[in-house]
Amino acid sequence: MSTENAHASRASAARETTEGTVYTVTGGDWDEVAEAAKRADDERIIVNMGPQHPSTHGVLRLILEIDGETVTEARCGIGYLHTGIEKNLEFRTWTQGTTFVTRMDYLTPFFNETAYCLGVEKLLGIEEHIPDRASVIRVMLMELNRISSHLVAIATGGMELGATTIMIYGFRDRELVLDLYELITGLRMNHAYVRPGGLAQDLPPGAVDQVRAYVKKMRKNLPEYDKLATGNPIFKGRMQNVGYLDLAGCMALGATGPVLRSAGLPHDLRKTQPYCGYETYDFDVPTAETCDSYGRFLIRLEEMRQSLRIVEQCLDRLEPGPVMVADKKIAWPAQLALGPDGLGNSLDHIKKIMGTSMEALIHHFKLVTEGFRVPPGQAYAAVESPKGELGVHLVSDGGTRPYRVHFRDPSFTNLQAMAAMCEGGQVADVIVAVASIDPVMGGVDR
Amino acid sequence: MSDGQADGVNPDRDIDAANLPGQRGDQGEAIATRRGMFGAADGGDTSGYGGLVRTVRLPGASSRPYGGPRGGGAYGDFDEVADELEGALDEQGLVPENVIEKTVVDRGELTFHIEREHLPRVARTLRDDPALRFELCTGVSGVHFPGDKGRELHAVYHLRSITHNRLIRLEVSAPDSDPHVPSLVDVYPTNDWHERETYDFFGLVFDGHPALTRIMMPDDWQGFPQRKDYPLGGIPVEYKGAQIPAPDQRRSYT
Repeated sequence: MSTENAHASRASAARETTEGTVYTVTGGDWDEVAEAAKRADDERIIVNMGPQHPSTHGVLRLILEIDGETVTEARCGIGYLHTGIEKNLEFRTWTQGTTFVTRMDYLTPFFNETAYCLGVEKLLGIEEHIPDRASVIRVMLMELNRISSHLVAIATGGMELGATTIMIYGFRDRELVLDLYELITGLRMNHAYVRPGGLAQDLPPGAVDQVRAYVKKMRKNLPEYDKLATGNPIFKGRMQNVGYLDLAGCMALGATGPVLRSAGLPHDLRKTQPYCGYETYDFDVPTAETCDSYGRFLIRLEEMRQSLRIVEQCLDRLEPGPVMVADKKIAWPAQLALGPDGLGNSLDHIKKIMGTSMEALIHHFKLVTEGFRVPPGQAYAAVESPKGELGVHLVSDGGTRPYRVHFRDPSFTNLQAMAAMCEGGQVADVIVAVASIDPVMGGVDR
Repeated sequence: MSDGQADGVNPDRDIDAANLPGQRGDQGEAIATRRGMFGAADGGDTSGYGGLVRTVRLPGASSRPYGGPRGGGAYGDFDEVADELEGALDEQGLVPENVIEKTVVDRGELTFHIEREHLPRVARTLRDDPALRFELCTGVSGVHFPGDKGRELHAVYHLRSITHNRLIRLEVSAPDSDPHVPSLVDVYPTNDWHERETYDFFGLVFDGHPALTRIMMPDDWQGFPQRKDYPLGGIPVEYKGAQIPAPDQRRSYT
């Protein structure tokens, strides 16, 4: 009797036939689960947004638990763009490292390169010997890079709201910055232009005029963003009070950059822990008190204006001089030039060392293949990237290759704030909040 | 290598020889010994480089005064931080010498090496004490020193004080056989992902972390890729008729 009851309630029912006992196996408890789900009248569902979604800023996977239109729980899935750059760096020389780090956050290559090089220079103890001209050019490129990064943030953020005109404006102006990069470094992205000790090469002829022309043009173009977006009621309606994160939340979650400054704290490493001579430049750190996406948009817009100011100051103080440290044990004996197949050693220089000086040839060979040695120890260097504090932790064991390189990428840290910004809000606002963090997955995943 | 010369007589075999690069004399803490160069250690080595021996020494403990970020010599910012921290630990009934293994000042940076069981207490003190107030933790970075026996895995934290405009470093170590470090997520919620990343790459288990899972590598990945015994991988590539080995198989200048 008891067995019969048990059979009735279980998935497999037994029946006696002339062939013996026949068990009928049905769907099992999944039927019950499905029935229960049908009976329940809530609209709680879990949505996988991404990693192949046009609005998630690259290969970011958002796992949203939604109840109707309300997000009740939000989680990030990252790692889709992990390329093992930190591990790879341990198998190349210190100088080759810049080639890797420039690819991390691919929208802020000059910040990655400079942060890495500042760390290497700290380990070498040559911070004081970096030529002024190299530092000024570094600052100029970083500020141009801040403009191009913020333009992408505003452009893609606008596009994700459906404001495609902003997208066209943003990429139009960014294209002009990329032209400058191409003129100065030979490449639009992945420059490897900043090297430990200085720069790969000096500015090409005409670069100063072109940068000046860009600043002039950008001063004319920037107000267009104000006209189009700043006062736009639809734009404001989508952005205001969305992605809210107050100062306590920012501090707890380690958020830096525009996210932190939108909570009213004027924390900027360029002011508090200056590097590359930032203490000598005249600029303001904009903040907002709104803690929301709209405040972050305004901050980015204002930071671009301040960056133009800094670029102009850089142009005014560019003095002729070397762009590489004088120490021949660190500086590559190269005179790079743009050839028909990209950046390479100038043919005249090769002719000279091949034909006239065997010692120069040996030195060149040793330094390029072996690299220089860095005294053992560790160092931390940080720069204010457009997204926040970009920190580099470097460990050397005295060899010609880094023992360990770790990048504290601001996108990675700031993205943790996504849940705090989105939970309890609308699904459509998740897009706005993530766009206001401006994460770049190349930097998040490295 | 001829055996006619006893170890220690041949300068290339002398670990402390001053003519070897990257040396710091006897100072500092030896964490590894490197032998040979560009893989020329086997019988076919006629270069002599295979006999090279180099001891890796990291900067060792500093003595007072620690000075400040702009240089040492006199009482400075670093002494102030160390005084405040030691005082605050004293007030909590802890003996600072038992908590802080050693204090290192190198290249204008201050590092406290902390006994791992005291890490959360120290971090909370650094965050909450008004005279210290390190509000911002920039995450954790792992380092693997296979030659540093009993302390193979290091976790390195950089703490920033916005109030006092300071930066310090905390370092804890754990042996390979017991890779556990207390989690700091309670004190600094920002360390959530950072600790997951360090676990993912180094296998350091952060006790008390709310959900310590892999973050970069796939969930079912075997091994911890950033450890030194984990190969980089890669395949040989043909270039102009020659086979170029994978990066971790190439000859290197150790």
